[in-house]
Amino acid sequence: MNKPVLELKNVNKSFGPIDVLHNITLQVKAGEVLCLLGDNGAGKSTLIKTLAGVHKPTSGEMLMDGEPVSFARPKDAADRGIATVHQFGGTFPLMSIGRSFFVGVEPTKGFGPFKVFDKKTANEVAVKAVQEFGITRITDGDRLIGGLSGGERQSLAIARALHFGARVLILDEPTAALGVKQASHVLRVVMEAKKRGVAVIFITHQVTHAMAVGDHFAVLIRGALAANFMKGEKSREEITDLMAGGEALADLDAHLEDNTGQGAAAATVS
Amino acid sequence: MDLIANLLRRPAAASILSLIGVLVFYVVFGGVELGKLANAASWLNYAARIGIVALPVGLLMISGEIDISIGAMIPAGAMTTAIISGYYDLPIIFGIIGALTIGVLVGLFNGILAVRTTVPTLIITLGTLVAMQGVVLAGSKLLTGAASVPLTSPAWAKTLFGDFIFGGSHQVIIIWWVILAVIFWFVMHMSKFGNWIFAIGGDKVSARNAGIPVDRITILLFVLTSTAASFVGMCHAILFNSAQVSGGMNDIFNIIVSVVVGGVLLTGGFGSIAGVFIGTLTFAIVNKGIDFTAIDRNWANLIIGVMLLIAVAMNESFRKMALSYSPKPKK
Repeated sequence: MNKPVLELKNVNKSFGPIDVLHNITLQVKAGEVLCLLGDNGAGKSTLIKTLAGVHKPTSGEMLMDGEPVSFARPKDAADRGIATVHQFGGTFPLMSIGRSFFVGVEPTKGFGPFKVFDKKTANEVAVKAVQEFGITRITDGDRLIGGLSGGERQSLAIARALHFGARVLILDEPTAALGVKQASHVLRVVMEAKKRGVAVIFITHQVTHAMAVGDHFAVLIRGALAANFMKGEKSREEITDLMAGGEALADLDAHLEDNTGQGAAAATVS
Repeated sequence: MDLIANLLRRPAAASILSLIGVLVFYVVFGGVELGKLANAASWLNYAARIGIVALPVGLLMISGEIDISIGAMIPAGAMTTAIISGYYDLPIIFGIIGALTIGVLVGLFNGILAVRTTVPTLIITLGTLVAMQGVVLAGSKLLTGAASVPLTSPAWAKTLFGDFIFGGSHQVIIIWWVILAVIFWFVMHMSKFGNWIFAIGGDKVSARNAGIPVDRITILLFVLTSTAASFVGMCHAILFNSAQVSGGMNDIFNIIVSVVVGGVLLTGGFGSIAGVFIGTLTFAIVNKGIDFTAIDRNWANLIIGVMLLIAVAMNESFRKMALSYSPKPKK
């Protein structure tokens, strides 16, 4: 149970002369939420793209269940159970829920050239899968994806990934574009995924969201791991400061405190 | 009410309303007798000619690409058949194979360029359109010394591809059109391949990540569009016993207008075969049905333009309805 599902050892990635990731060593266990924090340009996207098989590490090792793995393309990572859900759900706005849920793995019935797409099964399975995550407002598999709210789309994409056997779920800023209520739906889905024993890598800007679901936090600064700690080891303020690269926000905080006496509260609202 | 709302959310909705609108317009302002129009062959023949090509073009547009080289491929198919089996007098089967082969080759060329480069397919196929016009004209001049070649075909080829049916002036390609429409409908809406095409048109990267062979499907669709066009050209050469070099520029726009009126989204991801079929019928009725009205034929293009704009506006609002649709909570 406590063996890491996915592990990076001294991973470096550079594009030509530009080093993007330096010596990243990280691991994520089953049933654990790893929050990957970092400012824009810190290398978060490169890191998750490396995990998802889009990029190959320049040097260093990637291990899955303790075995070294190497992905030539995203499909290889997906076949091993690494699923990425992007900010907008990565789904097809003008397709129905049932159809988009099964893209690439369509259920069919019938024989030979007359195999038909089994719409009824597809709709039922898709609706059931997303309802299990507590999104009970989705009841009709014929609805178009584009008509769902941002949170529902994210939840549907996560439900889809888990339905097809994802063991490592990479969520790329799933709450960035969402309102407070929608974001809380998504966070609840993340907790449910964790309860099912999935290793979740949760990328976010929002410290509040990270604190709500994270077990394990890693902060990236300019491509290097600046901090790697467990839940409860650091306060919200310390994490915010780390993300911003240290002093910047602490200074701002102090400044605000001088002026209003409520600096800490103001700085954490975002 | 529910039934109507359900119909309106379908991609074909606007094309059905356009069809009804055009018929009403022609009856009210043009004094058309519907019975006479229904029995006439001219519009149905024309619908079959553009419809056979509009079906694969619809699929290609749903997948987010476009092919305008079809305009050159209709005369290319006709000329290939006529040169091989007319000028060189080889058995008609070689002419048929030749015409289809040229369709497949040009389709492969378009498709491979489309997946290997990032050039928009409008530009790629514009290139092949102009190039094929050149090849057809220069090739025909070089080989036969003329821009028009006569052809006599055996009875079986006539029956299959170029005859009149129902003892009147309906052409046999109408039957081909209907059969192809059924096959395309099955593939698009009943098989998993249709789902793949919708997915490619919706989001190419996600589709590829989901394991769909995006490149192969794209190439296949280009092969289908240009082969369908050369097939139509071949049928016409056999029907009219001759083939002429022509630009085929009108066909391009007529086919694309039919597909768009049929509710296919230009940017891909949305549409239906029923819509394309009805869109083609509507277009053909406007274009050829005007001869049955008291309206001057020269107004036909104005009506087509207005219809296109109205249909696209309807498509937009119906798509919004489809997007915002959610079932009412059960009591």
